[in-house]
Amino acid sequence: MSLSHTLLALLERGPRHGYDLKQEFDAQFGQDRPLHYGQVYATLARLLKNGLVEVDAVEHGGGPERKRYAITTAGVTDVEEWLSQPESPALYLHSTLYTKVVLALLTGRDAAAVLDAQRAAHLDLMRTLTRRKTRGDLADALICDHAIFHLEADLRWLELTSARLDRLAEEVRS
Amino acid sequence: MTGDAPLLTARDLSKAYGTTRALDGVSLDVRAGEILAVMGPSGSGKSTLMHCLAGIVRPDSGELRYRDRDLIAASDAERSALRRGEFGFVFQFGQLVPELTCLENVALPLRMEGVRRKEAERRAAYWLERLDVADVAGKRPGQASGGQGQRVAIARALVTEPSVVFADEPTGALDSLNGEMVMRLLTECAEQSRTAVVLVTHEPSVAAYSHREIVVRDGRIRTSAGSAR
Amino acid sequence: MSASWLRQLAFGVRLACRGGVTGWTRVALTATAVGLGVAFLLLAASVPNLLEARDTRVAARVDDGQGPDLPDGILLVVMTDTEFRGVTIRGRLLQPLSATAPTPPGVSALPKAGEMVVSPALDELLAEPGGALLRARLDYRVVGRIADEGLAGPGEFAYYAGGDQLDGKAGVRRLAAFGDPSPGPGPDPRLILMAVVAFVVLLAPVAIFIAAAVRFGGESRDRRLAALRLMGADLAMTRRFAAGEALAGGLLGLGVGAVIFLAGRQLVDRFTLWDISAFPADVRPSLPLTALIAVAVPALAVGVALGVLRKVAIEPLGVVRRAGQGRRRLWWRLLPSVAGLALLAPMLAGLVDTDGQLARVQVGGGAVLMLMGVATLLPWLVEAVVRRLGGGGLSWQLAIRRIQMDSASAARLVSGVAVAVAGAIALQTFVAGMESAFTDATGADLSRAQVTAALDEGATPARAREISGRLSATPGVRSVTSVAYTDVELPDTDDYSSLVVGSCAELRELARLSRCRSGDTFIVEGARAERDTVDPAEPPRPGARVTALGTGWTIPATATQVKARTLPDGSTWNRTILATPAAVPALAAKPLRLQYFIDLDQTRPDIGELVRNTAAQVSPMMAVYGIREVKVDSKFSGILRGTLVGTVALLLLIGTSMLATMLDQLRERRALLAALTAFGAKRGALTRATLWQMAVPVVLGLVPAVLAGTALGVALLAMLGFPLHVSLTQLFVTVAAGAGVVALVTLASLPVQLRLMRPDGLRVE
Ligand SMILES: Nc1ncnc2c1ncn2[C@@H]1O[C@H](COP(=O)(O)OP(=O)(O)O)[C@@H](O)[C@H]1O
Ligand SMILES: [Mg+2]
Repeated sequence: MSLSHTLLALLERGPRHGYDLKQEFDAQFGQDRPLHYGQVYATLARLLKNGLVEVDAVEHGGGPERKRYAITTAGVTDVEEWLSQPESPALYLHSTLYTKVVLALLTGRDAAAVLDAQRAAHLDLMRTLTRRKTRGDLADALICDHAIFHLEADLRWLELTSARLDRLAEEVRS
Repeated sequence: MTGDAPLLTARDLSKAYGTTRALDGVSLDVRAGEILAVMGPSGSGKSTLMHCLAGIVRPDSGELRYRDRDLIAASDAERSALRRGEFGFVFQFGQLVPELTCLENVALPLRMEGVRRKEAERRAAYWLERLDVADVAGKRPGQASGGQGQRVAIARALVTEPSVVFADEPTGALDSLNGEMVMRLLTECAEQSRTAVVLVTHEPSVAAYSHREIVVRDGRIRTSAGSAR
Repeated sequence: MSASWLRQLAFGVRLACRGGVTGWTRVALTATAVGLGVAFLLLAASVPNLLEARDTRVAARVDDGQGPDLPDGILLVVMTDTEFRGVTIRGRLLQPLSATAPTPPGVSALPKAGEMVVSPALDELLAEPGGALLRARLDYRVVGRIADEGLAGPGEFAYYAGGDQLDGKAGVRRLAAFGDPSPGPGPDPRLILMAVVAFVVLLAPVAIFIAAAVRFGGESRDRRLAALRLMGADLAMTRRFAAGEALAGGLLGLGVGAVIFLAGRQLVDRFTLWDISAFPADVRPSLPLTALIAVAVPALAVGVALGVLRKVAIEPLGVVRRAGQGRRRLWWRLLPSVAGLALLAPMLAGLVDTDGQLARVQVGGGAVLMLMGVATLLPWLVEAVVRRLGGGGLSWQLAIRRIQMDSASAARLVSGVAVAVAGAIALQTFVAGMESAFTDATGADLSRAQVTAALDEGATPARAREISGRLSATPGVRSVTSVAYTDVELPDTDDYSSLVVGSCAELRELARLSRCRSGDTFIVEGARAERDTVDPAEPPRPGARVTALGTGWTIPATATQVKARTLPDGSTWNRTILATPAAVPALAAKPLRLQYFIDLDQTRPDIGELVRNTAAQVSPMMAVYGIREVKVDSKFSGILRGTLVGTVALLLLIGTSMLATMLDQLRERRALLAALTAFGAKRGALTRATLWQMAVPVVLGLVPAVLAGTALGVALLAMLGFPLHVSLTQLFVTVAAGAGVVALVTLASLPVQLRLMRPDGLRVE
């Protein structure tokens, strides 16, 4: 899961302070492991350096200096690319996939397309494994089967999520 | 994939049952020799699409051609003749005539085309052999196992050497091992005889035997993602 | 019978009703079919009461007369039956000789001269616009109606009219009381035997029909039971569930049958069959028979359900048909037929009196066994024949294979038709054989005359001429030939002959006379027409002294022997004395009996009715008959027609159950039919397969049906000593009716079959 892309996508909804970003991240994805401030600021610094975000305004108050960040055009393109690029099918993908779907919903993009792209990628791998399995020996078949069953689980999850996209959108946006 | 002209061309097919829009503007090509998986949740219109492509159901609107024949304008008799001669079918179950032996079941499409009984049964025996079910030739379908029955059904679909086989959830009633064997034999035979297969399934592991897949949802095709090959 | 046993039975009943929509339709279908059968049975059970009520009423109005030496309270009765446009009208002229004269049943007061009381049916007929001709004939004022107790049935046409000056006329009966003082021996025992056979023949298929109805939707029931097995029901429990379910269908069917019967009974007075109609109140099922039905029908239902279960194993995971343990054995299937023949044989050989009570039971039982034999033989026959069939086209192969796989249901499907046809053929062979014995070519020559009229009351030559004139003057009458005659007693014997008095021209109608002059007398030779039974009586001889109209007369020695000539109605007057008036001066002026042969212009409408009206004006006692080329005992032709109608009705009833069974079977194959259509199977090929699938068992069923039916019919004929006679036309009509019903059923199932071939069948529920 890519934190920089996630923060970037969250910023796409409007300029925010680092603190607000952390709050929002925790609310959507931080169920079991909330972010450190350090992580947020480090990431934002990197994004700034790469020109994907810019400082929108600086507030001088009594406390530490507070910067408000906004996404740049390059940043939007980067989010776009990231979302449309399927993850390479690997084990325990779900948190990344979940994040992507939620962010697509939050940024008003086609979340179903994200899922479809992912399914295509999964299926392609499955196809390769199936071919290898039918041509190989039993050991090959058993190894491939293991991978195929995990891919199948992912695909099943993708399918279910597709079917529940409308409800998810409601919950995320509320 | 080779660049020759598609066997089946569908443009903007729509079909409604009452208020249910089972198909809603589907466009699609099926090329010779390709194995195309039609995926999607149940009720999404996969079977309806297959029935339309095979000329079993006439779509409400759209274009549909097989080679250079217009399937929408064709009469029922013409479409039936096409199904007998050019297409093969495998369904989930209920397709074998229970009172005929497996051999007679496989010979059935040939006999419907007017092939003499002896010749039809000789060719049927060959296909039973290829699908590894020669041992049930003389038995009735009720005496064969589910996997054997489904392989008999595939033999029956292939016996006319069709250019397209339509398979609707062919492993739907089988366990995974039997399902795997059925799919392996189906795709092997199809590839060897360059028969196109339209494979309707909601199971990814079955769709994995295809060359490419389309996903149907609410009567529409979601993606036509380029295949890996 | 423990409480849990009963609970399980009750659960079966509930199960039958709660099986969702299909469960309900199944029970409703079964109940309707069983109900139809039960209604039929109740109707049959009512026949004894119906006939008895009718016989009682008819016996109570018998007016045969009790001879001349009667006390006071005498009623004079003249029979004036007539016919109007094909219907028979019972008519009586009544004249009381005292105030204490009896009144006929159903009539409160005797009509006065010029008045009449009529039956409701006749009242309506008279009131119709077309009744004007009849009103002219029955020229009396209607003063009342005959009550039900005076009528044979609601559809009877009858009247009692008041007459005068009847006393002393020939043909008048003198009556002190209505009613049959010594009721006869009842109907002809042969007719009773025929009725017994008719009942058996009609009821055996009804039993098969009910048994078939109980099996409706059996496959879905089996699946339901299998589901219960999965939940832990044991085999005995499933049997009780099934019994309960069948019981539900049977009991409901009894109820439905009672309702259909009660409703149908109200309509019974609208129908007249063979001139017989019945009052709804007459249609009362006999109590013992009703009790028998109420017990037997549910018992049959339960028996059939349990019998079906014996052939399948309901396992938790589905239903396994116990595939035929080897071939069907022939020997026990032949037992019923053999036993039936054994019962009939002693009577065939003439060892047993066929009129007795025991004989009726024996004949009925024999007939039942013969018919059952058809039903039991059929599965074996179908299996044995179909096993050898092969080859042929695709449709043929599909059909044969299907029958081979389940020859029992194929046989069952047509066994009702086979038994019904066998029964009908038996009955018809029997009736047709009897009819041929009672039917004669009359030798009538319809080109000479079409109608005869007879006046027995006696008329003088002058009146005879007047009557001739009036008949000739009736529009449409071309010519009238008359014969005036009287009976003569021959000497030294009890024998009678006839003396015809007429002009030479009139006498020439009766005999071939070479010469004839006034004063001549002739004797027609005694040679009878060949077909008549031999009559040993000698013709009167010339010179013999005979008595006519109370006067002695000697036949002149000059009387010459002549040969008879056939009259227009086909009769020949043999052994008859023909005399010109001058030869019998003492008799010529006396009132003689008259017979007229009338030649009509038959192109004129209602010409026969006009002649009858003229005759009625001459005398109400003048009878008019149409001459027929073939004399048929109308009772038999009626019964023949009735059996055919009954058979067709029965076949249609069976047809409905066949249709239901067939649709059931087709629906089971919904997915298969749709898949085959997807494969591009021609609809024609599939429907042809269905057709063959029906046709083969039907043909196989009709063969033993024809054999058994004919054998039974011939056996019955032989038993009663009638000449053996098989009517091929009747046979053909019956077989065709049976085959036709099957064709009809197949045809009626086609729309459903075509619908099931649509791709909807490919959907998986
Ligand atoms: N013959 C029919 N009559 C009415 N509705 C139908 C019929 N066939 C299909 N449908 C409806 O069309 C939709 C698509 O069905 P189907 O093509 O069978 O889906 P799938 O095969 O993907 O499960 C469903 O909503 C189904 O209920
Ligand atoms: Mg489907």
